[in-house]
Amino acid sequence: MALSRENIINLVLALLLLVVPVAASQMGQPFTVTLATRIAVLALAATGLNIALGLGGLVSFGHAVFFGIGGYAAGILASHVFSGEPMMFGFEGSNQMPVIWIFAVIACGLAGLAIGAISLRTSGVYFIMITLAFAQMIYYFAISWPAYGGEDGLSILVRNQFPGINTMLPLSFFLLCYGVLIACIGLFALLRGSRFGAALQAARQNEVRVAAVGISPYGIRLAAFVVSAMMTGLAGALYADLNKFVSPSMLSWHMSGELIVLIILGGTGRLFGPVAGAMLYVIFEFALGGLTERWQFFLGLILLGVVLFARGGLIGLLAGKARHD
Amino acid sequence: MILSLALEQLLNGLQLGVMLFLMAAGLTLIFGVMGLINLAHGSLYMVGAFACAVVAAATGSFWLGLAASLVCAAAAGAIVEFLVIRRLYDRDHLDQVLATFALILIFSEGARWLFGSFPLYLDIPPLLSGAVPLPGIEAYPLYRLAIIGVGALVAFGLYLLISKTRLGMRIRAGESDREMIAALGVDIRTLYTVVFALGSALAGLAGALVGALQSVQVGMGEPVLILAFVVIVIGGIGSIKGALVGALIVGLTDTLGRFLLPSLLGLILPASTAGTVGASLAAMLIYIVMALVLAFRPRGLFPAKA
Repeated sequence: MALSRENIINLVLALLLLVVPVAASQMGQPFTVTLATRIAVLALAATGLNIALGLGGLVSFGHAVFFGIGGYAAGILASHVFSGEPMMFGFEGSNQMPVIWIFAVIACGLAGLAIGAISLRTSGVYFIMITLAFAQMIYYFAISWPAYGGEDGLSILVRNQFPGINTMLPLSFFLLCYGVLIACIGLFALLRGSRFGAALQAARQNEVRVAAVGISPYGIRLAAFVVSAMMTGLAGALYADLNKFVSPSMLSWHMSGELIVLIILGGTGRLFGPVAGAMLYVIFEFALGGLTERWQFFLGLILLGVVLFARGGLIGLLAGKARHD
Repeated sequence: MILSLALEQLLNGLQLGVMLFLMAAGLTLIFGVMGLINLAHGSLYMVGAFACAVVAAATGSFWLGLAASLVCAAAAGAIVEFLVIRRLYDRDHLDQVLATFALILIFSEGARWLFGSFPLYLDIPPLLSGAVPLPGIEAYPLYRLAIIGVGALVAFGLYLLISKTRLGMRIRAGESDREMIAALGVDIRTLYTVVFALGSALAGLAGALVGALQSVQVGMGEPVLILAFVVIVIGGIGSIKGALVGALIVGLTDTLGRFLLPSLLGLILPASTAGTVGASLAAMLIYIVMALVLAFRPRGLFPAKA
């Protein structure tokens, strides 16, 4: 890996996200650690979406579904441990993160397979609207199904556990999330560099040529969509544990929009685009939110400016154009 | 008694369908002519409702409010088109989605800034208040009937506009070949602004009409926007006829589903379970219908010529 300008920036971002919370924790500022955890988890969710959107060019406006399903996996499994009522087939739930993550990832994989299989029959605007509509369908289901809190959401009374780590400590939980984020960014890099990634990106650039060399774009895209859903779902499980709360708002279309915004703020298809985007977003939210209640108004203006005038996002601004575009 | 209730729900479904048509017609027109996906259409709906509520409260006349909603929504649409949207026509859909998402944030927070978070209320005009007896129904609210009438009029008016007038001819020409119509000397930029303002005015009208049934508040446009998306996906993006058929399908499915599903499920399930399962299923029903339509007709029921 040559030390191109983008790689240096990536390294700086990765170190920054690690060093700042560790230092803040030393100085006794747990709130900064929580903000950094929020950045790491949102970046993870957006990295998942970046597989579909950045590499595959699949503008999914419904990725909040997977984020929310992951969150509900954490909430539901934990609530059964707490209440002592067994779930289906006598399974008594779990408050162990590895078990929860496996459930979240499998559930999101299945949901991604079902939604992707139908949505990928279409393309362009249809794809955007259909993914949005499926997300709304699950959202309204979550609101109207009373078993797990319905509209009020579901609290996780005690943060779920990870073997060998005290997740109640903000810094330990942050390091866990950070580790998962870096592992998933590594997976993203592997995917992007693989034959599969090459085919996926080629299908984005020219579908007809990919088909002409004997690769079915549909299968490639569906696989990418499913992997993307799984990663976003894992982030959802962590997000629920971060807030110790999961509600239908994790499934809402605003969430889907925010995930796309994170990618665009950072730079579409870039390895660390989601990290840069999540940093910017959370810092905006914190800084503007401190100044004015109407911070979303200014977020809208900034976003509009980025879309109209700064198309490469933060990484594009700092590192120049991507090599293949 | 059951029959009368069913007829009433049928009319309610029709009324919802008509409202959705007003929204979907603008969306589909804008997509058909300019190839633009406009998430901020729900914000224009909100603009119409707020304009109507504010003017009606100030002057005491619902009709002045209604006129204000048309004017304000059209003006807001034209301004937004001029400042932002016209830079997006050559961009890909992702940029359009993001920029119009940003517009939603700006409109929603802006409205909250101006009017606060509390809902405004809009009264039904005296002329249309009260209920009328219909065959099979004891009394049905006159205002809802009027909405159905307005929707039918707008549908007919749009048909006349698009198929019989010079402007409509240009709109159709713009849909099929925008370079050619520009080469023939039609000012395409003005045409786009006019189409956008027309779509916005329809959204504003819908907002004002619904504002008297529900409360007028920030965020009221978003659920309607998503329903309108479902409508145009079912009907075929770019087709006004598709928007009409899709709107009626969605309106009737949603209303009748909420009415019928719990009792239908009650035949096979215990009453308490049937209630919850029925309500949950009914909330998902239109999306299931959409998925079914797409599984068989990926470009919608009336695909526009691309």
